[in-house]
Amino acid sequence: MKVILNAEQIERALGRVADEIAGAQPARQAGQAATDTGLAIIGIRSRGEILAQRLADRLSQKLRKPIPCGTLDITLYRDDLNAPQGNSQPQVRTTEIGFDIDGKIIILVDDVLYTGRSARAAMDALIDLGRPKAIRLAVLVERAGRELPIQADYTGGKADVQPEQSVQVCLVESDGRDEVVVE
Amino acid sequence: MSTTRKSKPFQWQRKHLLGLRDLSVAEITHLLDTAQGFEEISTRSVKKAPPLRGKVVVNLFFEDSTRTRTSFSLAANRLSADVIEFTQKASSVSKGETLLDTARNLEAMGIDIVVIRHNAAGAPMLLSRNIKACVVNAGDGYCEHPTQALLDVYTIRQMRGSLEGLKIAIVGDIAHSRVARSDMWAMTKLGAEVTFVGPPTLMPAEVGRLPVKVSYNLDQVIEHVDVINMLRIQFERLGGSPFPSTREYSRYFGLTVERMQRAKPDILVMHPGPINRGLEIESEVADGRNSVILRQVANGLAVRMAVLFLVNQAAAETTA
Repeated sequence: MKVILNAEQIERALGRVADEIAGAQPARQAGQAATDTGLAIIGIRSRGEILAQRLADRLSQKLRKPIPCGTLDITLYRDDLNAPQGNSQPQVRTTEIGFDIDGKIIILVDDVLYTGRSARAAMDALIDLGRPKAIRLAVLVERAGRELPIQADYTGGKADVQPEQSVQVCLVESDGRDEVVVE
Repeated sequence: MSTTRKSKPFQWQRKHLLGLRDLSVAEITHLLDTAQGFEEISTRSVKKAPPLRGKVVVNLFFEDSTRTRTSFSLAANRLSADVIEFTQKASSVSKGETLLDTARNLEAMGIDIVVIRHNAAGAPMLLSRNIKACVVNAGDGYCEHPTQALLDVYTIRQMRGSLEGLKIAIVGDIAHSRVARSDMWAMTKLGAEVTFVGPPTLMPAEVGRLPVKVSYNLDQVIEHVDVINMLRIQFERLGGSPFPSTREYSRYFGLTVERMQRAKPDILVMHPGPINRGLEIESEVADGRNSVILRQVANGLAVRMAVLFLVNQAAAETTA
């Protein structure tokens, strides 16, 4: 087991991602309310949910406007539901998005980008909820092993790992500590 | 998909849902928790999700039903399954085909889930032992109606947080009610105290062996209960004269405005439907502020989606 990002490095990575997102914001359009950035953050359960909240808090401060934040459960959109899952049957949980996603720029947040299948499922789930103006992908860590043509727009860091290794993101809210480890 | 949780989540293993009597508390709780994730589908712009895409669900109904059948159809449709409606009157059953032959023929066409309602207790069990498809009981004889009871406890949990310690009265024609039996199993397993209330002629013979209290007097019970579930008087099932007149029945066992004044102010009024207005429940009560009757119907959809999703998931484990 090797720690590739410690708590401080995770904070810095999130700060960088927030800066990039804020920097990519287009100028306010005519008719757009001053309090509305058109931006919304949506995290994929379960670690993405926590990272999304942290990003939304940072962005709200940085842009001095409230950034709506929601949680997406992608279980029903997985592509492996009809395959045997052994001991890790997927659990259906709730999607909690308390705002209209139509016309918004959605920053989709996950902890690790690996095969790209979660991001695919999340995009399909989002499009059943409405028609966002754009969907961008932000992840804390990306690693090699893509099985679909999906790449992140914002990345906190890269993990250089072997195919048989796994990358674990631990966060204070769910695991008691901030750490990214390779096993 | 990349993260693993530390505590192993509950694993659902049943590819059939035949009744609640044999289900553990953990299984019932998992069903209710799963249903929560399906509630949102009915509120969004595309009221559909893909988990049963390419699966075929047959509604095999040997008894009349509007609510349950529609609810199962809609649930299956919202999960993207193809749904076949099968009714006794318009089928070869009226030509003398047996239940198993009917089911095996349907199975030969490649169905995945059978939702069955039958007037014979045990028909779903018989089916589950003889076909490969998943079987979901939508009501068998006077035995069980598991999805109705699940939506009942789901609704109570939604309103009260938990069933632990609640006092619940189930009132009316208990003898002919599979809802009462399934409710009893689900509610007592989740920690509620259940009282069957009705005239002695409408109590099942085995009531002394069931985990419930029995009362023949609604007025003695009404003040103490947190939830009251009013069963429909099922005229189509009643033989003889179990009570002298409908007027006398509603005077003693009907949920009237006058009786409601003696109930706890936050009592939940439930009814599995269809309602005989003015008989077991007065209109003002059925439509009143304590009534959760329409909420039950809405929740039924989420609960049935969860059931179809979970039995299919269990089947994926065993058939691969």
